[in-house]
This record gives sequence, structure tokens and C-alpha cells, in this order.
Amino acid sequence: MSVASYSYQIQPQRVRQEFVRLLPISLFVVAFGAAFGLAATQKGLLPLEALLMSTTVFAGASQFAATDMWGSEVSILPLIAVVFAINSRHLLMGASLYPMLKDVPPAKRYGLLLLLTDANWAVSAQDYQNGKRNLEVILGGGLVLWLAWLVGTWLGVYFGGLLQNPKSLGLDMVLGCFLLAMALGGKKSPRVLVAWAVAALASLAAWKWLPPNTHVVVGALAGGVIGYFWLDKKPVSAAAEGDAA
Amino acid sequence: MTIETTTAGVLALIAIMTVVTLATRFGGVFIMSFVRISPRIESFINTMASSVLIAIVVPMAFAGDLGAIAALSVTTVTMLALRKPLPAIAAGIAAAGLVRYLT
Repeated sequence: MSVASYSYQIQPQRVRQEFVRLLPISLFVVAFGAAFGLAATQKGLLPLEALLMSTTVFAGASQFAATDMWGSEVSILPLIAVVFAINSRHLLMGASLYPMLKDVPPAKRYGLLLLLTDANWAVSAQDYQNGKRNLEVILGGGLVLWLAWLVGTWLGVYFGGLLQNPKSLGLDMVLGCFLLAMALGGKKSPRVLVAWAVAALASLAAWKWLPPNTHVVVGALAGGVIGYFWLDKKPVSAAAEGDAA
Repeated sequence: MTIETTTAGVLALIAIMTVVTLATRFGGVFIMSFVRISPRIESFINTMASSVLIAIVVPMAFAGDLGAIAALSVTTVTMLALRKPLPAIAAGIAAAGLVRYLT
């Protein structure tokens, strides 16, 4: 463990390619950012405050939830609980990228994670399932998504009236459709399908009976348990690497 | 405990949100750096990875309106037929817009 070898080299050219690859989806993120900017100013945040929040937090659903709690004062513990619960899926997403991230020096590893969000993670995770190592999309894709989120927020706080009802255009479904397309594009074996069924049922049960915003983590962990007990028959090359290290 | 939404207060609230979100972005990887990745753990995190997507999307369909259901169904059908994400996403969003326009 003391001799660290970091074999993953981030290729600048591929970072640019991934930036362009996520450009189409980031246009939808602009619209979503505009919806946030509008909602934030309606709840009493100043334009610059909304922009600062989008810049540093960069996690849409939790930002919407936080502005719902806005008033002349904001209770700290409920705010922390809601932001943590909504963003706790990042814990699992980061963990799932660890087999690749361990081959990157710690400073770069945590630098990349600053840009971790659903869309670029979904692409990277799907590529990994298909045997391709792709951290470039976390960086390049993350950058274009972050810029789109900022541009969108900026448009929303100043020109929010242009997009009064993003729902009527179906824009609230962008992320759902994107993530679903990513899931369906991945490898499907009986093992994966059983895990998905368990994940679906567990997340629905958690959504119905457990505290709000816990369903993603509950469902994902339940699906993971299937993978823990039901191993793929053929040896996974990445696992062999892990053993050799 | 509450924070007033004065300028300094808002900055503090945004800082708190940033730190909490950062903890979730860093935490999973930080914890994994102490875990020895056996084939079983590898299988766990791989299965968990695609289960995250299902755990986000399925409750979305159940909580959503007719437009949401249309969007996710059309995305599924288009994705399975064409195997290309962008047309599948575009068709899904268009379906949501259309259903909401009609209902």
C-alpha cells in the first residue's frame, strides 16, 4: 500500500470529447437551471445569492429543496438533513467509481469529484460496465454541466419570466429520461434484472414508508446486496486487478 | 437553531449546503479507500451502480403525473428499439409535453 502507483492518465483530448458529448444534455440543464433561478428569486434569494449557491453546491434537486425551506430565517438542522438525504446518492456514485479513481492520485481524485453529478456519473458508470474506463467524462462532462447550470441559473434569475412553466414542456423529465436511457443501455443479465427488481421494490417501499429522500440510497443498496451474494460467472478483469494490487 | 437570511446569513447557509454536498461527493470514495476490493465487493458496487438509476427512476414514475409516466415509457421503448440515448430522451420529453398539453 505504501508504494502507490497511479496508472490512470487523464487524456486532455478525451476530456474535450466528453465535454462535447454532454453538450446536448447540458442544454436541458440550462432550462432546468433557469427554473431554479426563477424559483430561488421567487423565494426571496438575491440573484447573486442564487448564482453563488449554484456555483458552489451544484446539486439541483437539493437546491430546489433548500429554497423551499427559505424564509426570513432558515433552520439549520433540517436544512442539513434534507441536503444530505437528497445528495447521499453521491456517496454510492463515488463508491462505484472507486475502482477507477484509486488509479488516480488523491488530489486529482477529489478534484474530479467536485464535478460529480448524476449525468456524467451515469455515463462513466455505464462505460465501466461495458469495460471502458472513462474518468474523462467526469471532468469534461462535469465542466459542461456545471457551466450549463450556472448559465441557466443566471438566465432564470434575470429572465425567469421567459420560462414560467418548464413542466408544460416536459423539462422536469430530462434527468429521469436520461438516467433511464443510461440504465437501459447497459449490460443486462438475469443477475442485473433481479437486482433491478429488488432495487425498484425497495425504493418504492422506502419512498412510501421511510423518511423523504431516503429511497434512492435504500433501493441502490438493496440492489447491491443481490450483486454481493450473486456473482457473475465469468471472472471480471477489474476484480482481478484489485486482487493483484 | 436558525440562521437569519441577512447577507451574512445567506452566505453561511450556502457554505453549509456546500460542505454537506461536498461530504457526499467525497465520502463514498473516502470510505472505499479503506475497503479491500474483493470480487464480491466489486460485484456489490457494480450492481449497486445500475440500481441507483432504477431507484431514482421508478419512484419518479409512481410519484409522477401522466406526463411523467408517458416520458419514461416512451424513453424505454425508444431506447430498447434504437439503442441511442439522445433520440430516446428527446422522444420521452416530447411525450411528456404532448400528454400535458392534451390533458
